[in-house]
Amino acid sequence: MSRRRKRSSRDGAIAAAFKTCAKERRSAFVPFLVAGDPSLEATPDLLRALVSGGADVIELGVAFSDPIADGPTIQRASHRALAAGSSLSAVLGIVERHREELGVPIVLFTYYNPVHARGVENFAAQAADSGVDGVLCVDLPPDEGLRELQPALEERGVDSIYLIAATSTRERIDRAAAASNGFVYYTARSDVTGEREDLIPTLAREVKRVRRRVRLPVAVGFGISTPEQVEEVAQVAHGVVVGSSLVRLVEENSAEADLAARLERRVRDLTAPLGARVL
Amino acid sequence: MKVRTPLAAAALEPDEGGRYGVYGGRYAPETLMAPLEELSRAYDKLRRKRTFQRRLNHLLEHYVGRPTPLYFAEGLTEHLGGARIYLKREDLLHTGAHKINNALGQVLLAKEMGKTRIIAETGAGQHGVATATAAALLGLDCVVYMGEEDMRRQRLNVYRMQLLGAEVAAVDAGSRTLKDAINEAFRDWVASFADTHYVLGTVTGPEPYPRMVRQFHSVIGSEARRQLRRLAGTPDPDVAVACVGGGSNAMGLFSAFLGQPDVLLVGVEAGGRGPELGDHAARFSGGTLGVLHGARTLVLQDEEGQVVGTHSVSAGLDYPAVGPEHVFLHDQGQIEFTSATDQEAIEGFHLLSATEGILPALESAHAIAEVTRRAPGMDGDQVILVNLSGRGDKDVESVLEYDAASGDQVPVRRPSGGDSVSVRRPSGRHSGSGAGDAE
Repeated sequence: MSRRRKRSSRDGAIAAAFKTCAKERRSAFVPFLVAGDPSLEATPDLLRALVSGGADVIELGVAFSDPIADGPTIQRASHRALAAGSSLSAVLGIVERHREELGVPIVLFTYYNPVHARGVENFAAQAADSGVDGVLCVDLPPDEGLRELQPALEERGVDSIYLIAATSTRERIDRAAAASNGFVYYTARSDVTGEREDLIPTLAREVKRVRRRVRLPVAVGFGISTPEQVEEVAQVAHGVVVGSSLVRLVEENSAEADLAARLERRVRDLTAPLGARVL
Repeated sequence: MKVRTPLAAAALEPDEGGRYGVYGGRYAPETLMAPLEELSRAYDKLRRKRTFQRRLNHLLEHYVGRPTPLYFAEGLTEHLGGARIYLKREDLLHTGAHKINNALGQVLLAKEMGKTRIIAETGAGQHGVATATAAALLGLDCVVYMGEEDMRRQRLNVYRMQLLGAEVAAVDAGSRTLKDAINEAFRDWVASFADTHYVLGTVTGPEPYPRMVRQFHSVIGSEARRQLRRLAGTPDPDVAVACVGGGSNAMGLFSAFLGQPDVLLVGVEAGGRGPELGDHAARFSGGTLGVLHGARTLVLQDEEGQVVGTHSVSAGLDYPAVGPEHVFLHDQGQIEFTSATDQEAIEGFHLLSATEGILPALESAHAIAEVTRRAPGMDGDQVILVNLSGRGDKDVESVLEYDAASGDQVPVRRPSGGDSVSVRRPSGRHSGSGAGDAE
């Protein structure tokens, strides 16, 4: 397993964000949106809304034609984004123009093929130049990622983030933890992405099982959509990821002039319970 | 001849990560990694187990109808002049195509693993019907994902699956065809692996699927070799031809001849309407290296890594990626790839129907098209072996539509016989689509 030290002086923005949250004794809020949905022009405003609503780290989704790990909401968003001309190039452009202004770390959340098509070296260089802080490829487990993508990212100080699932064996948890920088992402349910009425009853126990083996912050996502669920997950996790419910808000309000304001209000509602959190 | 599926054969294995050189692998969401590891272990244990082999071979013989005949196609040979043409008659299997070899093997494996539910994808029916059949036989629940567009085109196969007790789940995402049905099957499996096995229908997907599906079909090549020795006096043909969608029937046939420099292996992709990206499914001429559905392989995609639409008159070849082992073997110079257009395939369909009284599946008709190009230039003592992977009953409506759209008459074979076979040459371009699954 690679233990090379990172060279960039810019590194650690993600780690720093989680550290700040820890100091403030609260969980980090990590919202997800699909870049380019409903349009590339609208995306910067929506990202600003996430930040002013209380985002600590942003997961920026890169649309892919075949999103096998996503439920209907994010599938539709990916479809809209591609139809609106979104692509990995366009997303890198958005990050390049807005990362500094936004002031919070950005993790690209993508499938591996768009990255692979660009060539991992090219991608890593462009991601670093654009100011991307971390990369999570849904279908690139550490088994493949450690050999293929991670060395190039590490070389340029971009974090690799891997998923841990309820099905992950101890060996797999250890592998993902050793490979990740910044944080690990625990998927709260064995399912595709999407909103769910209830959290799974064993979630707290599962997250604790992971936390015992992982030195990095653990963010939890998949199926979390209400302030109540955010509050519950925040009891056990260093970070809470909310995706589909925000993506649905964008879908349902895309024609509204105050879309960004509505998104910001929603994010405020979701982050409200985090204020009092004592981790 | 006894049915012996060479499941325990040690040759031809990828490395333990499922890699064939730089191809293959296991590019799957983390949730599926442990279930895939479990599947690899279960498969490796069972394929070496005598009782499992006996059970599978027994069913293949008495239920599926193996061994399939190897047939010397005298009429076609005479018509083309040149090499002697032998057809491996997978079209005579129960359910009408080679797909049942793999479907039955995997459903049997699933049952041994204690799974109670089966899911599968299907392009327009053959793999879905085969899987529904195996599930009915072994008493497991079955859901088949199928694109809405394919369901519309293949109403009869939808009803066939329903008659067999399967639920056919409509997929209305993306292009509403095979690729999207695979996406949906993976989405189901991410949530259901605890009691469900996903029967992937071709030699792609994450490890262990490519090698497992290949091995369940390797019985095609091993039978053909033994039969050819008896019928043609040599176990090894000069040329072996098979159509390639995902590549399962081709890999099944070719697996018996790999490493034999005297046998030329030829895979035939769908040339569709022409060479423009989006008009065909010829990955070896239009594809670039990518990662789709769990494997690193050749993919038809744009420069941003978005998978593009494909077209073929045969839905079974209408898929943007190809099995990783094919790409590896192509690099090694072991398999040559070519393509046949929609029109050439339709001509092949008519030619085999008229000269042999055999309606080939439109997928297999692509292989026949390649034979018509190749056989006349070969000597009369040379042998071409063709995998006739499926029968064409399912495609009659598609052929009818195609012919109507191109304004061609149905050819008439004159009763006076002899060599007066009329094979018509359709001239129009056409955008219809046929039936089948990734071959």
